[in-house]
Amino acid sequence: MANTTEFRTCPTTGLKVDLAAENLIKANAVAAIVFLAVGGLFGLLVALTRWPAVHFLPADWFYLALTAHGLDVLLVWIIFFEMAVLYFASAVLLGSRLAGPKWAWAGFGLMLVGAIITNIAVLRGQSSVMFTSYVPMMAEPPFYLGIILFAVGALIGCFVFFGTLVVAKQERTYQGSIPLVTFGALTAAIIAVFTIASGAIILIPTLLWSLGFVSYIDPLVYKTIWWGMGHSSQQINVSAHVAVWYAIAAMVFGAKPLSEKVSRMAFLMYILFLQLASAHHLLVEPGFSSEWKIFNTSYAMYLAVLGSMVHGMTVPGSIEAAQRARGLTKGMFEWLRKAPWSNPAFAGMFMSLVFFGFIGGISGVVMGTEQINLIMHNTLYVPGHFHGTVVAGTTLAFMAITYLLVPLIFRRELMFRKLAQWQPYVFGIGVAGISLFMMGAGTLGVSRRHWDMTFADAQLPFDYPAAAFLMMGLNGVFAVLATLGGIMFVVVVVGSVFFGRKLGRDEKPSYPEVPPQAAAVSHYGSSESLKIPGTVMLVGIFFVAFVLYYFVNWKYLSEIWPLS
Amino acid sequence: MSENNDGESRTDPADQEPIPMMQRLLDNPFLLLLLGILVPAVFYIIWGIIEITQIPIAE
Repeated sequence: MANTTEFRTCPTTGLKVDLAAENLIKANAVAAIVFLAVGGLFGLLVALTRWPAVHFLPADWFYLALTAHGLDVLLVWIIFFEMAVLYFASAVLLGSRLAGPKWAWAGFGLMLVGAIITNIAVLRGQSSVMFTSYVPMMAEPPFYLGIILFAVGALIGCFVFFGTLVVAKQERTYQGSIPLVTFGALTAAIIAVFTIASGAIILIPTLLWSLGFVSYIDPLVYKTIWWGMGHSSQQINVSAHVAVWYAIAAMVFGAKPLSEKVSRMAFLMYILFLQLASAHHLLVEPGFSSEWKIFNTSYAMYLAVLGSMVHGMTVPGSIEAAQRARGLTKGMFEWLRKAPWSNPAFAGMFMSLVFFGFIGGISGVVMGTEQINLIMHNTLYVPGHFHGTVVAGTTLAFMAITYLLVPLIFRRELMFRKLAQWQPYVFGIGVAGISLFMMGAGTLGVSRRHWDMTFADAQLPFDYPAAAFLMMGLNGVFAVLATLGGIMFVVVVVGSVFFGRKLGRDEKPSYPEVPPQAAAVSHYGSSESLKIPGTVMLVGIFFVAFVLYYFVNWKYLSEIWPLS
Repeated sequence: MSENNDGESRTDPADQEPIPMMQRLLDNPFLLLLLGILVPAVFYIIWGIIEITQIPIAE
């Protein structure tokens, strides 16, 4: 077959870039940011409604906005961006041509059409079934059809990624093993295939049910298989954003993993066990045995958590090793104090790492424990947890790498630099606040997905403690802050992509700074340095916080559920 | 493989070392794909569905 692939060489990193892959990265990233803006707006409306003093939307609009928010940000924004990550981590990092670019465009088209169809179905007002769309609540058929089309498009994207790995190996564009960032993307793609298969297994019959061709869908079977998609889709995020952490560490510092083998083993833990955490959504279902619940959410999930803790040590550890190699060796934290905190790629990545570990990670383990899950099951604690993982973790990491993609892939100078410098802090602190205050309200029993926490029209009155109302008010304030950070991101990125100065063919971007060592992102290899005292201290602080919070919840359980 | 100054090919000793099993596993994306689908399919979905089918029907 004639090879007509066109490449360019990146003047900053020296990477060979397939132009077809580059265009697909651009298209997927732009679509992702559009849906982030739409979904983020719906999120603000939800938060303003749950803010008792504001109570912005009427009930029907609240559930419509909640459905649109969940779909657009949990699924559409994230998966579009992950397609960009897959093409970047395969074709660009391996210096290969993309396998089947026409298939990739077909996949992109299906995803776009599917996302639009589902959004229209939701906006028509007859499909306010929320992201989970539990049966027997029935949405209009286009709601399910749109998600199925979107999933098929994403599946095509995953197989284009696998095909590109095969092409790169056959054409010997790399030696030995694939680099760690590509391995992280491979992990995300594998989990994506399981996720999409689970979605197809349950959503195709549900579509037929909504069309009247199937008479009954068992609610418990639906919940079980749906969460194989619903929760695993968030595990794609975890794998992808951990890959992004390693990528940013390499591109900003020239950092190599402490040990490529150990980090790959941690990703293997994800491949084997991360999806099993889906069972934590079913921990109060009486139909399942404790063996099934505990195996999936405790024993197996803890192995995946072990993988996350390995990454949580090796990512900052690799940065510390790189900084120390540059002479920043004073004391325990000179490497961190003198890190480029005004570079939004680094600032966003590091906050994503800290918030994901301390907020999303610890709360995830607590929720995955069958007994203490009972304290907060189906309360606002659950969205508090996943705003810590998906928003403070994944979204912030994806925003961070976008600040590198704009100059390196879109070939535009970044505009509004001051705005870009502040954006990760405004968004990160806003989202951390949302997560913490929702978790606080959930611990006090406030249910999730409820329009009116005052129960004003309920026949049996019930009052949450006053502190719960305070928590929901603070949640609203921090949601406004996070929205401001989201708007700043969209303004900087959209402004730069469409109106930023075009970089010349061999011109290097002036901001953010990308050192020549950034090419480390495309190589297999380890720094093999264990002189990381600062990271060891940070990990120690994490473990103390983890143990304390875990046992505080057991103490809390003993108080609300006396055994004597 | 590499070549010496006379153009004769010789084998680098590093190339002759057997590749460890774990590295072979991690270098095989399709075997990883199989495992990544099989493990959650068996332990989460199939085991879960079997438990649901064993719930007695209400009379």
